[in-house]
Amino acid sequence: MNHDFQKDIAGCGLTGLISKKRTRVSGAIIAKSLTLMTDRGNGLGAGYAAYGIYPDFEEFYAFHIMYDVQSARFSVEEYLKDNFHVEKVEEIPTTPVPEIAINPLLVRYFISPLKDKVTGSGGEEDFVVNVVMKINSEIDGAYVFSSGKNMGVFKGVGNPSVISKFFRLDEYEGHIWTAHTRFPTNTPGWWGGAHPFTLLDWSIVHNGEISSYGINKRYLEMFGYKLSLLTDTEVVAYLFDLLIRRHGLDVETACTILAAPFWKDIDDLDPDEKEMVTALRQTYASALLNGPFSLLFGHKNGLVGINDRIKLRPLVAATKDDMVYMASEESAIRAICPVPEKVWAPRAGNPVIVTLDN
Amino acid sequence: MFEIDAKDKYYRDLNEEVRAAVDSGEKDIRLKNVNGQYYLATGLRGKVNITIEGVPGNDLSAFMDGPTVNIKSNAQDNIANTMNAGKIVIHGSAGDVLGYGMRGGKMHIRGDVGYRVGIHMKGVKRQSPTIIAGGTAGDFFGEYMAGGVLILLGLDSPEESPIVGDYLGTGMHGGTIYIRGPVQQKYCGAEVGVMETDADDKKVLEKHLKEYCADLGLDLKEVMSRPFKKLIPVSSRPYGNLYAY
Repeated sequence: MNHDFQKDIAGCGLTGLISKKRTRVSGAIIAKSLTLMTDRGNGLGAGYAAYGIYPDFEEFYAFHIMYDVQSARFSVEEYLKDNFHVEKVEEIPTTPVPEIAINPLLVRYFISPLKDKVTGSGGEEDFVVNVVMKINSEIDGAYVFSSGKNMGVFKGVGNPSVISKFFRLDEYEGHIWTAHTRFPTNTPGWWGGAHPFTLLDWSIVHNGEISSYGINKRYLEMFGYKLSLLTDTEVVAYLFDLLIRRHGLDVETACTILAAPFWKDIDDLDPDEKEMVTALRQTYASALLNGPFSLLFGHKNGLVGINDRIKLRPLVAATKDDMVYMASEESAIRAICPVPEKVWAPRAGNPVIVTLDN
Repeated sequence: MFEIDAKDKYYRDLNEEVRAAVDSGEKDIRLKNVNGQYYLATGLRGKVNITIEGVPGNDLSAFMDGPTVNIKSNAQDNIANTMNAGKIVIHGSAGDVLGYGMRGGKMHIRGDVGYRVGIHMKGVKRQSPTIIAGGTAGDFFGEYMAGGVLILLGLDSPEESPIVGDYLGTGMHGGTIYIRGPVQQKYCGAEVGVMETDADDKKVLEKHLKEYCADLGLDLKEVMSRPFKKLIPVSSRPYGNLYAY
């Protein structure tokens, strides 16, 4: 038997940045940070989320859609034309790279819902969410990578530098970026399974494993979400949508629900806080994320980094001027910000919440 | 002094260069512009000094047996896994899971350390590892500790503020933890006894901290000026009879 083999032990890697003053940063920068952690992944998935990249179309929902089969495109476009004003359609610009032999068709749409199609109390955003769920679960071979305004996701099967080159990331400028290199463990490595996972402008990159996936999935299904992307991380994007957009909670409260304090620590809180956190844990027991995770949560107003409650995955944060960086490794930050003003490792379960200046 | 410029070098290539330099008899090696390269000084043996400028990557000094590694900045996770002998000095802070199963040698850190530091450290007779951290530590400090010495100083914290996290010494069944700050029993593992230090402990502390202060340019008297708590397992060999009936 041949024992002379080399095995790389790795986990996923993530990195993100935000300019609080909305200074737009080239995609080449975040790609450089992620590429430093290439060996945390294994080439079966990498991706980037960018905010502020479509200022000329900021009024429109930007749909990035992946098609496994050409026929899916016809079905989706027919459906979109029935329900949206379509401002612009184009294939997402890509560059052929030798590492990617076959890629799905990738198309983006700048669209706005037709007024008479939007019914019910949820308004336009509920309508868009339903459309995303319908495409992902009912149209075979079509998957929505992103559906927010003035943002977009670029992801696929490949290493960080390959995916960045393939999507010509250096041609985009954004004021918030998140990025991920994947080492799939329990679920397949496919284009739709790469991170970030998104819904509207909520995006998630995640290192770890959501052991509570089954409970979270069934909970989300009660609210009409359809989990169709074969990966645990999908629940996190939808949970943020549910808690923040639909239930009107703030980011901090949503984080308290997802990474709730242990009961023994709740017992030590002062009475008011104890009552509040107890109510949150009881009301949202099925939204608790269990298992090891560090994740970055991007949205139109900011960037959040959070760990699981006993810190089973790494997360480092740093600041420089109006920039905040968060990554799995300090060196990934220093690759693009060699001398930060402050570097720290956030405590387990304590979110780092960064909001854009007004 | 043998210099290697690590800028943008892939970790395997850099480690090959370091090992080649050690094999050719270099005793003093400086790595410049390091950023994130994994496994530096891992598996290295013998008397060699390695100075690292920049942030080294994960799994530094795993299985190391003899060398001295001096890091001028912060360091990342998983340092000194199963390290057998030698010394690591870190002038900044370091991450999680330091000294996992460490069985000998020393790690001196000036700043803060993360979670699970000293997890499963072990020692027998003269083979006893030491980790000293100058700042604060996260949860699970000394988890499953079986031997050796862990010292946490809280040098940058006010006297009464907590410097160590929850689940302190959970599963501990050997070794000693010294904390230069308050310790609450409710944050300790069930096996942990919290004691006051005596004259013998002071001797042990002074011996370890004298070298620590010399490495990092600190004043021993200042470091010894606050009281320490001593943590030891109160049930020795709790599973000693597990298979004996």
